[in-house]
Amino acid sequence: MSKLLNINIDFMRARRLAFAISAALLLISVASLATQGLKLGLDFTGGTLVELHYPQAPELTEVRDQLETAGYENFVVQNYGSSQDILVRLSQGFSPEVGENVRSLLSSEAEAIELRRAEFVGAQVGEELRDQGGLGMLVALACVMIYVAFRFQYKFALGSVLALAHDVILLLGFFSLFRIDFDLTVLAALLAVVGYSLNDTIVVYDRIRENFRTVREGGPKDLINLSINQTLIRTTITSLTTLLVLFSLLIFGGEMIHNFALALIVGVLVGTYSSIYVAGTLLLNLKISRDDLALPVKEGVVEEDGRP
Amino acid sequence: MLNRYPLWKNLLILLVISIGIIYALPNLFPEDPAVQVTGSRGAIEVDESQLRKAEQALDSRNIPVKSLALENSTLLLRFSNGDQQLRARDLLQETLGDDYVVALNQAATTPEWLRSLGARGVNLGLDLRGGVHFLMEVDMQAAVEQQLKVAASEIRSTLRNERLRFRQVTLEEGQILVRMASADLLDQAQRRLQTDLDEYQYTQEASENLLILSLSEQAVREIEDYAVDQNLITLRNRVNELGVAEPLVQRSGRDRIVVELPGVQDTAAAKRILGATANLEFRLEARRNADPLEVEEFPFRDQPGRTAELQRDLITTGNNVANASVGFDENNNPQVNIRLNGQGGRLMSQATRPNIGRSMGVLFIEHKTRTHYKRVNGERVEVREPYTERGIISLATIQSELGSSFRITGIGDTQEASELALLLRAGALAAPIYFVEERTIGPSLGAKNIERGITSIQIGLALVVLFMVVWYRTFGIFACVALATNLVLLVALLSALGATLTLPGIAGIVLTLGMAVDANVLINARIKEEIYHRGMSPQNAIHAGYEKAFSTILDANITTFLVAIILFSIGTGPVKGFAVTLSLGLLTSMFTAIAVTRMQVNWVYGTRRIERLPL
Repeated sequence: MSKLLNINIDFMRARRLAFAISAALLLISVASLATQGLKLGLDFTGGTLVELHYPQAPELTEVRDQLETAGYENFVVQNYGSSQDILVRLSQGFSPEVGENVRSLLSSEAEAIELRRAEFVGAQVGEELRDQGGLGMLVALACVMIYVAFRFQYKFALGSVLALAHDVILLLGFFSLFRIDFDLTVLAALLAVVGYSLNDTIVVYDRIRENFRTVREGGPKDLINLSINQTLIRTTITSLTTLLVLFSLLIFGGEMIHNFALALIVGVLVGTYSSIYVAGTLLLNLKISRDDLALPVKEGVVEEDGRP
Repeated sequence: MLNRYPLWKNLLILLVISIGIIYALPNLFPEDPAVQVTGSRGAIEVDESQLRKAEQALDSRNIPVKSLALENSTLLLRFSNGDQQLRARDLLQETLGDDYVVALNQAATTPEWLRSLGARGVNLGLDLRGGVHFLMEVDMQAAVEQQLKVAASEIRSTLRNERLRFRQVTLEEGQILVRMASADLLDQAQRRLQTDLDEYQYTQEASENLLILSLSEQAVREIEDYAVDQNLITLRNRVNELGVAEPLVQRSGRDRIVVELPGVQDTAAAKRILGATANLEFRLEARRNADPLEVEEFPFRDQPGRTAELQRDLITTGNNVANASVGFDENNNPQVNIRLNGQGGRLMSQATRPNIGRSMGVLFIEHKTRTHYKRVNGERVEVREPYTERGIISLATIQSELGSSFRITGIGDTQEASELALLLRAGALAAPIYFVEERTIGPSLGAKNIERGITSIQIGLALVVLFMVVWYRTFGIFACVALATNLVLLVALLSALGATLTLPGIAGIVLTLGMAVDANVLINARIKEEIYHRGMSPQNAIHAGYEKAFSTILDANITTFLVAIILFSIGTGPVKGFAVTLSLGLLTSMFTAIAVTRMQVNWVYGTRRIERLPL
């Protein structure tokens, strides 16, 4: 079989090790999510809103820098109406001093900044988004399962959905463990990872299905190995091009999309790993066999599926 | 020929690309700060006289107008900067009065020929472009008063049902006064009322036969909190019903709500709908000999001079409406079809069953404010004076017991009917709400951050292009042309559909661009494999590579597409935005990665004999 492709790495040999790593990471993620949860960003928690009036139009970048140096995290600075008015949204809970603290922090000797108002603001996204998001995810997983079961086979459906759940939990665990702000952009990144990881897994599964039907030699383990090797170049190149974009977002994109890029990078790495190890290993554990994928033989019709 | 497209196929692909370019074009034109003026009700139209008035007012204050246009009874005035825009808005609202809605807006500068094709720029969300910021205040006093009114109505019917005789139930300074027929009924009445209304404090004045119900400080706080939260939900519903994409609705302080809308939309309509407090009340017409204390007289809304007497007790209100839509009756007059929820339906049939032959009135209630401008020490001060307008829109005989579905007629014009239906669907505001402030707001991500973000995406894509060309050489160039086409088509689709682009949306675009490259990687890897491992001729390998990769690409994209569609149908706000770009991106990338690259491959290699492919 090695004549089919030059690359031939025995991925499945390391599957027990991979399984142990995945299990350990999943455990850590779930434990972290259960004990300290996610550090929700301004979008989800609400915080304090401060309106300031400058005698001269301020440079918003400088305002942001000043706030950051003072130790404020996860805030939004916007022009409000005119160029001299700004709105600052902070993630800390409201207390009467916050407004004055921000004002005196940003004031220099030369400029007297005026505090127009300071009040608490509620969450930008209500509970319904969280609930609907979770529900949406479950319905989406169910639909993917049905489609894959229909196009492939139910073992593939289980494998792909479990691999997907693996990726989502690990990514959430990463954000929980390292206390990185989970805001709407990260939520979007999470959804993107779902799409990416699923895509990756299906490409590998597609090859596995094809090889189970056409390659006559070797057991399930060899065929899965062969499929992963055959798609390895593609998996690597695609991950590489995606990571090229993401790393440039991370390095040059500025602080606002930092977490977004980080989430996607971790997600792409986890997704690539899981489409090789988790998705393939799960198929083996589910005892996939050639019979599972045998095409129904139609009487009197020459078997033809478009593949040699 | 194996690798040649028929002429029509090439033409079709080129046609799709050129249409894409046309619809993506408006994004190259910037937007003007503008002010939009419309009537506050369907019946009030903006015409030439308002235009002249506006022109004169602006002229007298030396606010230069870039252009002004009157279209579909909407006046649009453009300015060269945000400062002029703000000053103009205040001035125009003052000049034109409360009959007109004057709203900030961001108007496109797309040339006429493009606009006539329906092409427009993509809407950028609050995070990327900023928008219009409305600060609204909930009328807390009215919220408490409303609660007391409902309680008073409940007390009346409870006492009547229990046959505890009372003289009258009135509201006075935040208290409910229940005057019983005799002092010995006080204890009994209190015991009965306490079971349902336990948030009230009860005191008795035996000498006056009075039972006084008052709210504790904490109960008032709870009512107020409830009113703000309820208004928050209603405003979210209304914004969603309006189809405004990616809004922000947020509680701010104790009694205020912030609503932010991406600017390039019909902000005047949004303002009208957001602040609208229209609600309906259904009441029976009073009997001739009814106790005058149980009766209220109301004018008809569209028939000056005519009035009717209705019972003080309500059957139900618009709050119990489950669904409402606009329809037309036999004479083509607009009507609103109403379906009540379970509770409303029950109340309605209970009230109408024993009263067939009597009349039922539909009362239209609107809380409005008159705004005066006073000058105190040279500074302009806004004085708001709230008032409530109540008018009967229909009074009809009950022919048979009414259930949960019925229709009401007598509403002005179609626009008014559809706005009433929208308001009933989205739910009434728990308490009246006023606009305190309206300002444009800068992008929440900050201009610098957006600039940096865009630069980083450009760098990233440049790296991808470089990599593809180095790795796949000629085939890499094909893939990059397809990638550029994909971006143009995606932007065109997003613009034409009026989707709102936010950072999560851009995430969707980056992802689909990644996947578009992936399709070409799959195809190229397959072609290579056919040549080097199966020994096919280049022409056959190209054909087989595209064929075989197709099913893989299709399966991978359909599963992702499924996820996108579900996220779209279930998610809200940012989740929806992401789903839109992702699913559109998948569609365009299927087209560009397969058809557009194949066309190029066919042009370059289809007609020649080739020994080797530069792969």
